[in-house]
Amino acid sequence: MSESRLGVLKTYKLFVGGKFPRSESGRVYEVTDAKGNWLANAPLASRKDARDAVVAARKAFGGWSGATAYNRGQILYRIAEMLEGRREQFVREVAEGEGLSKSKAAAVVDAAVDRWVWYAGWTDKIGQIAGAANPVAGPYFNLSTTEPTGVVAVLAPQDSSFLGLVSVLAPVIATGNTAVVVTSQKSPLPALSLGEVLATSDLPGGVVNVLSGKAAEIGPHLAAHSDVNAIDLTGADAELATALETAAAENLKRVLRPRDEDWSAEPGTDRLLAFLETKTVWHPIGV
Amino acid sequence: MAFEYAPAPESRSVVDIAPSYGLFIDGEFRPAEDGKVFKTVSPSSEEVLSEVAQAGQSDVDAAVRAARKAFEKWSALPGSERAKYLFRIARIIQERSRELAVLESLDNGKPIRESRDADLPLVAAHFFYYAGWADKLGHAGFGADPKPLGVAGQVIPWNFPLLMLAWKIAPALACGNTVVLKPAETTPLSALFFADICRQAGLPKGVVNILTGDGSTGAALVAHPDVNKVAFTGSTEVGKAIARTVAGTGKKLTLELGGKAANIVFEDAPIDQAVEGIVNGIFFNQGHVCCAGSRLLVQESVQDELLEALKRRMSTLRVGDPLDKNTDIGAINSAEQLARIKSLADSGEAEGAQRWAPACELPSTGYWFAPTLFTGVSQAHRIAREEIFGPVLSVLTFRTPAEAVEKANNTPYGLSAGIWTEKGSRILWMADKLRAGVVWANTFNKFDPTSPFGGYKESGFGREGGRHGLEAYLNV
Amino acid sequence: MQTPGPITPAYSPQAAERLASMADVTASDAALRRFLHGLPGVDAVGLEGRAATLGTRSIKTTAKAYAIDLAISMIDLTTLEGADTPGKVRALCAKGVNPDPTDRTTPKVAAICVYPDMVKTAKEALDGSGIHVASVATAFPAGRAALPVKLADTADAVAAGADEIDMVIDRGAFLSGRYMQVFEEIKAVKAACARPDGSAAHLKVIFENGELATYDNIRRVSWLSMLAGADFIKTSTGKVAVNATPPNTLLMLEAVRDFRDATGVQVGVKPAGGIRTTKDAIKYLVMVNETLGEQWLTPDWFRFGASSLLNDLLMQRQKLSTGRYSGPDYVTVD
Repeated sequence: MSESRLGVLKTYKLFVGGKFPRSESGRVYEVTDAKGNWLANAPLASRKDARDAVVAARKAFGGWSGATAYNRGQILYRIAEMLEGRREQFVREVAEGEGLSKSKAAAVVDAAVDRWVWYAGWTDKIGQIAGAANPVAGPYFNLSTTEPTGVVAVLAPQDSSFLGLVSVLAPVIATGNTAVVVTSQKSPLPALSLGEVLATSDLPGGVVNVLSGKAAEIGPHLAAHSDVNAIDLTGADAELATALETAAAENLKRVLRPRDEDWSAEPGTDRLLAFLETKTVWHPIGV
Repeated sequence: MAFEYAPAPESRSVVDIAPSYGLFIDGEFRPAEDGKVFKTVSPSSEEVLSEVAQAGQSDVDAAVRAARKAFEKWSALPGSERAKYLFRIARIIQERSRELAVLESLDNGKPIRESRDADLPLVAAHFFYYAGWADKLGHAGFGADPKPLGVAGQVIPWNFPLLMLAWKIAPALACGNTVVLKPAETTPLSALFFADICRQAGLPKGVVNILTGDGSTGAALVAHPDVNKVAFTGSTEVGKAIARTVAGTGKKLTLELGGKAANIVFEDAPIDQAVEGIVNGIFFNQGHVCCAGSRLLVQESVQDELLEALKRRMSTLRVGDPLDKNTDIGAINSAEQLARIKSLADSGEAEGAQRWAPACELPSTGYWFAPTLFTGVSQAHRIAREEIFGPVLSVLTFRTPAEAVEKANNTPYGLSAGIWTEKGSRILWMADKLRAGVVWANTFNKFDPTSPFGGYKESGFGREGGRHGLEAYLNV
Repeated sequence: MQTPGPITPAYSPQAAERLASMADVTASDAALRRFLHGLPGVDAVGLEGRAATLGTRSIKTTAKAYAIDLAISMIDLTTLEGADTPGKVRALCAKGVNPDPTDRTTPKVAAICVYPDMVKTAKEALDGSGIHVASVATAFPAGRAALPVKLADTADAVAAGADEIDMVIDRGAFLSGRYMQVFEEIKAVKAACARPDGSAAHLKVIFENGELATYDNIRRVSWLSMLAGADFIKTSTGKVAVNATPPNTLLMLEAVRDFRDATGVQVGVKPAGGIRTTKDAIKYLVMVNETLGEQWLTPDWFRFGASSLLNDLLMQRQKLSTGRYSGPDYVTVD
């Protein structure tokens, strides 16, 4: 490449309903690297963007939750395949956004790819772990199965802008929920680029919606939204988390509280189980 | 003019079969040490497809040695890395599924519609499913950190060559074992193509070893002292011999053996779908299915109506070239199997059952048997008791649910059963009483990698598929 | 295939005598209900599986050429728009007579299907062509009108020259269990199809499968309609979200087969709505072939209610004869 060539910069956009809109508010904010150098202008999503994202997530819920677990697993694995192919881009964005060395950033991206693979394998197994045939004392067949909760609002971690994001997002959609994610405020670019990966991974539009901006601005609208069924508060500070949990009580959202996280550790099943309902079916047995 | 379907042959050129194949040991193809070979033929044309090596004792030794050597590193890999190898294999199978489907139809004789729409999708799904378990074994209910067994010696049948390979290899590898697998004598090719898939996936040498050969190869493999686990799918007779061989050795054993499944139709059944289920139950894969619904138990009050509908439906079955996309019933896998089917069918007539088959023209070369129905069959007849493993249905009747259960269970086998009724509580009552490992209600011959499969009684023990399928390959 | 005794077409005078043998089941509301509810159930997964399997049949070369011409000859070429004009209807008739102006060996369609007020125009445009005029009637598509209005609608279309009447059943009455009302209404419309010379327009009974919602309902209404004298049973109006599908049509084919076995009366089947491609049409012909057999593979007993299907069939026909893929510029837009 000639040294004099001027690079083409990417316009980062939101990812809502399978499309890439700018914020309806027309606002952007400056994203910088750890040293304060300008990287990009990210959309500053508004409450109306959040509203649109919830509509998109709800619309996608029927199809996604009704897809076979096998099909969901194939798609999550496809996400890993697509992400692997764009590894260099994500390494750069993570290194710049989180101030990591290239090799550390590479390890983070690799772990994020592997995390998609981990959850791809869970789609058709979590029900086998969490469900049960119950030996009730009577002539009844009694079977408990898991079902997704619905639309889940996710406040992604502020520090781990990519591995953390994937770690909270993948379990939500693995089980058939749809998601509205608010990215790390400081480092939103990997999350916005992830939208481009999701859009080319056979994932139906609206299953994941990515909003960049302030958790403190958008969070309250999501927490209070009556058509949101659950909220993951990982990216909220203690004060915001309490406020949002309080707001979430209005329609009894399932709430996952923030806690200490080691994103490099094996995730376990907690985050899968957090957004699952259990349905028990009774049926008589007799000639 | 009638609506006659023109030939719609799947292209043979999508698969390139070499004139000869060696044994796949330690990541390489090599001839048998004593140089012995045998031919594999296409049962629909009797054409020789290829010549493959006949593994002897020293080849078995070499393969087990290779597997033992590979076990150390393979079992020590993080589960997430083993998972990724298996995901790769699943994807490559998906990519090459058309080629493999044609190969399977050529070597086995099954219709391309089945190898394309049933076998291959299930093969890929099975690898995909167990890939996901490789890094989740601690969540499977067998303790926090269950360990693999070591080297698995696996012997599979000819009815679903690649699918049975998947059922054996996928869980074994996911759990951290290495394998030596022997495909059936009449259908070795897809396993040898699978060896090439292992190469494409970059699977470490020695993790999968494929030994072609006959029964003696299988016997040597299961008897090998350095094999830790034996898995066999095939006849009950051979299964019993294997059980005797491994007795006292400490080898873990799972057996998937014969069956004589009852497909039970009540008077309130959804009749058109029941007819489809009966047809699918016994004529799928030429009836070469251990869980085939080979005994139709029909409630006397709907017997006439059902049999009339069944015969009408059987008359539309298309028997012929396995590579024709419109073929419903392909070739019988071997001359030997054809002779067995003929002899049992003849015994049916000799013992007084009434034989019926639709008018159907069979090709002049190859091994063929028309879809056949016997009525007036009683529990004492050989065709009601012995596994025919062919497209032959024995029809018996019953009057009450209890009688249906009694007759269904009156067999040494216990692999599968079918129930057809619109009444939910009766389905569950019947399912409760039937002594069979898989019970299908208002459907038949359905398989899924998440669903455990395996038999009661002389149909074997152990389960393949699902979370349960892990147990056979873990030290628990 | 089993060969039941002599088969009587539903529109022949003998059919009524055959149906008389079933009079006991239509003798009262209660008897009719017992009969319909006593029909074997339909397992949805199994039915859909069977239709999907038949959909995998691969129809090539000579079989495809045969199927395409057969499908063209079975089309009820349809225009049912509020914006229909005599000009539009005449253009459609011209297309039906001569579907492919570049190839005169192309068969003509079976019928032109229009609203009642367009029957006269269509009849004149098709004079001498042998193509039938089918008219929807009975307050199509909703069927929400009083019975006298529906009968007048029918009589009007017949008087204007309609060869065939496509009536809609009262889905509301059916869903609320008033089976006898639906039955009597079909009988009354059938009577209104009679012409002064003693002949009668053929009656197709439209179920609107999409509104009946369950396969059990579709089997019941098939029997109800055939018992009431339907000459044809038809899936849908084309005006709701779910129209003809392979499974719901397969179910109706099975009902027709069972009805023939029970009564010896032959009834036709017409899937309508949503069949747009040659591939789709051939799937339906395969279902007819393997469920009912050759006897139904004629325009007398099987029809496609369609409009855009014809052009796709013509393009595929051109492909077969020239070896080149055709394009929409090489078929007419009427």
